[in-house]
Amino acid sequence: MDTLFFTDEHNMLIEMISDFAKSEIIPIAKEIDQTSRFPSEVISKLGDLGILSIPVPKKYGGSGMDNVAYAAAIMELAKADASIAITVAAHTSLGTMPIVLSGTEEQKKKYVPKLATGKILGAFGLTEPEAGSDAGATRTTAERKGNNYIVNGGKIFITNAGVAGLLSFTAQIIEDGKNKGIGAFIIPTDIDGLTISEPEKKMGWKASDTRQLFFNNMLISESDMIAEPGEGFKIFLKILTGGRISIAALAVGTAQGAYEKALKYSTERKAFGKEINNFQSIGFKLSDMATQIEAAKLLTFHAAWKKDNGHDIIKEAAMAKLFASEAAMKITTDAIQIHGGYGYVKDYDVERYFRDAKILEIGEGTSEVQRLIILKQILKKVESLV
Amino acid sequence: MKIAVLVKQVPGSESPLPLVSSQDWLDESQVAYIMNESDNYGLEEALQIREKNNDGEVVVVSLGPDRTQKVIREALAKGADRAIHIQTNENYPTDPLAAASLFADALKGEDFDIIFSGLQSDDLGYGQTGVILGELLGMSTATLAMATEILDNKIKVKRELEAGYFQWVTMSLPASISVQSGCNTPRYPSLKGIMGAKKKELNVVTPSVGDQNQSIKKIYAPNTAKETVMIKGSVDQVVEKLVTIFRNEIKIT
Repeated sequence: MDTLFFTDEHNMLIEMISDFAKSEIIPIAKEIDQTSRFPSEVISKLGDLGILSIPVPKKYGGSGMDNVAYAAAIMELAKADASIAITVAAHTSLGTMPIVLSGTEEQKKKYVPKLATGKILGAFGLTEPEAGSDAGATRTTAERKGNNYIVNGGKIFITNAGVAGLLSFTAQIIEDGKNKGIGAFIIPTDIDGLTISEPEKKMGWKASDTRQLFFNNMLISESDMIAEPGEGFKIFLKILTGGRISIAALAVGTAQGAYEKALKYSTERKAFGKEINNFQSIGFKLSDMATQIEAAKLLTFHAAWKKDNGHDIIKEAAMAKLFASEAAMKITTDAIQIHGGYGYVKDYDVERYFRDAKILEIGEGTSEVQRLIILKQILKKVESLV
Repeated sequence: MKIAVLVKQVPGSESPLPLVSSQDWLDESQVAYIMNESDNYGLEEALQIREKNNDGEVVVVSLGPDRTQKVIREALAKGADRAIHIQTNENYPTDPLAAASLFADALKGEDFDIIFSGLQSDDLGYGQTGVILGELLGMSTATLAMATEILDNKIKVKRELEAGYFQWVTMSLPASISVQSGCNTPRYPSLKGIMGAKKKELNVVTPSVGDQNQSIKKIYAPNTAKETVMIKGSVDQVVEKLVTIFRNEIKIT
């Protein structure tokens, strides 16, 4: 893997994040999980190091590295703490990239440098109470009034919502009473007419900030639009496609973290006079875990590599996300099983990895949606079969 | 202010340390190498002086085989301006005088104001290279630096003594100073630094290593086998022997 996808710079980046995680993240991981505290001090340090803008072009103050680097960084962060990894991934893939990909030059210059250094964090509003997998069912409306829009509706499960300074979101554009399709906007979060709820109480990812948003006659200018009606939906689907690679990386990291703890425990714990990895029921579980992680890692880096080389990645990103998230669920479950009763108590970290894994099969496209995407892609090839 | 930082690549504290069959060196193919801990603090001290004065140059200097370039790049990514690699693929010197002589030859034309080195290397641990190098180049020397302060053409160094005592010494420049771990907070390389590291100047020199006054003949792993001692005799004799062992060997007072 090292030689297939990684340059010296990638290896240096991984080593740096691994060192950072050892001193700055692992010592607080348990505390921020148990108190649901957003670790702003860690996020700010990551911003100083350039980790909040890995794939953002240098021109806009980003680090200007590729998607392989981005995936590797998210993986390494998730190995230590999934909440911090999702905060970085949501800020980068969802909070920043929509502006980079479809904002006007003026919007890019105004917003991206501040997002790139982490001076402000970004959030992304697509999901609604009745528009999850069926994102086209967006009910939030933006009604045109002269050069402005009046926004009404709401968004749910929005990562970073309570800590973000900037929010991108989708809405149905209404002009002269007619629905023109889904468009997208970017707004500061202190705008009148936007209410941000208290944080959700979640099963995992507890130190990440997830909230509901309400738009009540929120007045915004047409210059806040980042995607024209009809284009907004397409752009956000493209953003989600790229974001899937980061969730796949997050899944690999979560799985790797739990696996390493189980592997270590299996050499320390003895039963019937032997280290428990001597029993095939435990040892073969570890072999399967390592194999699944290797496969998930290859799918993820291959999708990232294809993206860096300008290839279409709809199928590959969906496959990586689907496989890696389901592998993470299985591996974190087995990591608890290997720990036995100790795995079920909070003193051993594996139960945190288990709780952090479940959302990976749901967020940024459920496993069912990934299978749907893959099916659509593979059916396209049917006609070429003999 | 022109500052050199001596950086050594050493086996990491978590690395396996298998020996080659001749038992006179490590099997390097299985060793995970990192930057020597106290050298990292020396580098940070140099970078902070450069940043405080908003002027100057930090040159990282490393002695060792090709693999050493990994820690050189790391130092460049953290902010050193350029590097000198004294390449010794064969006959790597394990004698501090031989090592310091190679450094002196490579650095004598450069006229550095300060040379920082780590207190000691985490592998051989002699703690002599920085001092000998200072001597060879006719510089002031100090060891165990906990803090430094630049005065006009002088440097003030806080040295760690025993039992929690410190000593402040003021010396004329140029000076070679070995730095204690913990004297500052070393930075992580930023992504910008990582991306820029390859573009910085890396000068490779390949001197021949002269005679060495010492060499490694055999490396042993510490013997950790348990030994059980049976104490025989009457109750009084056993108690007396036990008390002696507690007092003199286990040192319970």
